[in-house]
Amino acid sequence: MANAKPKMKLVKQAPAPKKIAEAKNVFGKKDLTGAEIVIQAMVDNGVDTIFGYPGGAVLPIYDALFQQKKIKHILVRHEQAALHAAEGYARSTGKVGCALVTSGPGATNAVTGLTDALLDSIPVICITGQVPTFLIGTDAFQEADTTGITRHCTKQNYLVRDVNKLSAIIHEAFHVAKSGRPGPVVIDLPKDVQFAPGSYTPPAKTDLTRYQPRTMPDMSKIEAAVEMIANAKKPIFYTGGGVINAGAEAAKLLTEFVRMTGYPCTSTLMGLGAYPMTDKQHLGMLGMHGTFEANWAMHDCDVMINIGARFDDRVTGRLDAFSPHSKKIHIDIDASSINKIVRADIGIVADATEALRAMIAVWKKKKYTPNASALKSWWKEIDGWRSVKCLNYKQSGNIIKPQYALEKLQAAINKDKRESFITTEVGQHQMWAAQFLKFDKPNHWMTSGGLGTMGYGFPAAIGAQIAHPNALVVDVAGDASILMNIQEMSTAVQYKLPVKIFILNNQWMGMVKQWQELLHGERYSSSYTESLPDFVKLAEAYGGIGMRAETPAELDKVIAEMMKTDKVTIVDVCVDQRENCFPMIPSGKAHNEMILSADAEKFDKTLV
Amino acid sequence: MVRKSLQDKISVYGAAPVSDPILSHTLAIIVDNEPGVLARVVGLFTGRGYNIESLTVAETDHTKKLSRITILCSGTVHIIEQIHHQLERLVPVHYVSNLTLEGAHIERELALMKVVGQKEKRIEALQIADSFRAKTVDTTLDSFVFELTGSPEKIDAFIDLMRPLGLIEVSRTGIAAMARGKKGI
Ligand SMILES: Cc1ncc(C[n+]2csc(CCOP(=O)(O)OP(=O)(O)O)c2C)c(N)n1
Repeated sequence: MANAKPKMKLVKQAPAPKKIAEAKNVFGKKDLTGAEIVIQAMVDNGVDTIFGYPGGAVLPIYDALFQQKKIKHILVRHEQAALHAAEGYARSTGKVGCALVTSGPGATNAVTGLTDALLDSIPVICITGQVPTFLIGTDAFQEADTTGITRHCTKQNYLVRDVNKLSAIIHEAFHVAKSGRPGPVVIDLPKDVQFAPGSYTPPAKTDLTRYQPRTMPDMSKIEAAVEMIANAKKPIFYTGGGVINAGAEAAKLLTEFVRMTGYPCTSTLMGLGAYPMTDKQHLGMLGMHGTFEANWAMHDCDVMINIGARFDDRVTGRLDAFSPHSKKIHIDIDASSINKIVRADIGIVADATEALRAMIAVWKKKKYTPNASALKSWWKEIDGWRSVKCLNYKQSGNIIKPQYALEKLQAAINKDKRESFITTEVGQHQMWAAQFLKFDKPNHWMTSGGLGTMGYGFPAAIGAQIAHPNALVVDVAGDASILMNIQEMSTAVQYKLPVKIFILNNQWMGMVKQWQELLHGERYSSSYTESLPDFVKLAEAYGGIGMRAETPAELDKVIAEMMKTDKVTIVDVCVDQRENCFPMIPSGKAHNEMILSADAEKFDKTLV
Repeated sequence: MVRKSLQDKISVYGAAPVSDPILSHTLAIIVDNEPGVLARVVGLFTGRGYNIESLTVAETDHTKKLSRITILCSGTVHIIEQIHHQLERLVPVHYVSNLTLEGAHIERELALMKVVGQKEKRIEALQIADSFRAKTVDTTLDSFVFELTGSPEKIDAFIDLMRPLGLIEVSRTGIAAMARGKKGI
């Protein structure tokens, strides 16, 4: 080919994995079976934990797992949970998460978790068992067209028919899952291939050149971007999950650059924690339930610096009214994200770490300084929006407000010495958690953003707790969502995981109710969570700990107790059933058309 | 608890954005010849509810096991550009070229057509085939199979002429396309 493939240019080489002498594998023998190759390849790719559920088509792999000590297998109670746990593990460690499921129903149960990982760009490898090659296509027992079904919910998938290609495929799978824009990869492995003896190639000898996404930025564009940033009068940083995915270094560089400029910074739901949320330059989350100040600043800014965010519709609101007067810089590792929804004036394809490093270098070299007087009046405007106190709520009387419960939780976390990780389910409680909990570090906040999967939080918390056994891990949950993967109580009990499930129990599918109240004429069609279990007894039935708080006084007591438990604990916090999550941009509305809570200060538009 | 007056003002959901004109594009895609590639490529169109008008695939480099896919599709410039980028990020895709946007190019297609008839119609069919430089690849006393290579428009024109003369079956390859000039993929 005369033309070089564009994505081959400017590659950053991954460090070569350690070389392993051929015969020195975890099984201590020369020839390996397909099943043993799977384990060996995983060990060589740094895997120490795998979440899974056995079945006929993966028995050889389970047999191999039984005969080694390098990889710990965590038995979940539903394959969807295996994937979410792998996601929680991945997101809290920055490593690739791994899952193992059987053919047919095992694989189909994994589909939601795979899709979740695809939408949130989480690196996950899922090994699925398959019926023997000679039975594929015959409607054999527990046969499903797994590669067909998962093609559109994976970054890449493989059906392995030749055991001698297995190790190279697994090494490529790890490389693909974590390089570029990360994502889930499925390896479908027929049972006869698991039994077959084959040769093993270590990662160092595997050719990974066919997938080398671009990571280094185009320097001329970086220079143009930094110049635009330096000349801005009303700038804003808008950062997303890409900064988290790029690693802790990216978050450090982002913090450095934002502080250097003195500009305001807002983050998406997936991006929280990349810049310290307790810092005064952070305006909180933006978007549908973002803060008033973040959304108004996005609407009125003159230069928007998007790093690793993708202009999701929950962020932009009405597109033709989205930040109408700004020049936009968009930095993303995925070229197809740039100009997908919003036209970028400067689009830069790069890894966030590399782009930020380059921008800081240019800023320093050219000795740029921000326009002090413009910045001062910009901050004055922002302070005006802040003074609305959009997150105000009134805690009075004996009914616990959900926001109050979260503030109490945050206070307890602040006092605790342990490292803390928060996951959530999906609904109002998720949005309140994003508004009221404060993350100052990346990788400590895990939520299902893109797919919005109810049932994500608890298994993700299990994955995070497995990776950080001594940390405090809390799943902020709703009464409806928690029931979607409640069976994982058994997993948590089995592995002695002290995960805390903090249910904001409003006895409604609160977010559904809120939309019905605001947009569907208060017709509450099927959104009341009838016949809820007694969560305290439920916890106890599984062998965990259950507690309930019905008043603010009880809340203090149960939170204090919860911080001390050494087993999985459900805290059932009975909260105000009528509370809605504000501010809110109704879908199809612009950023400056937010609805505010009645408890917020009045906002006088003539003041700004 | 929203203020009542505001509640009245909220319309349910926004309107979809107005879209640009739909145009035809010819894409050339170089991929690893491995299972599932075609499904992934085609999925980017079908997943959006878009139809592919023509699709041609064959291995073009046997040592490197590379295939060339030629797709004729239609969509707004913005959507095709999106699909172009999303094709580029697929692991087994090596190169994507939008021939329609990248300058002049040639499109060729091969068709087999079976024409059944007797007497004058048979003679007329043969004469037209001759003027189109179609090859007669099968003959019986009352039928012909013609082979014709050319631009899709030329083949369309030939088919239209054959229809009243007893055309009963058509098989077309879909287009193969290439940019003009010395630059190669
Ligand atoms: C698997 C799945 N099904 C349905 C939905 C739609 N949905 C979004 S929020 C929600 C209600 C969640 O209720 P709950 O867990 O009690 O949380 P709350 O909103 O009350 O805090 C529903 C049904 C979803 N996000 N995921």
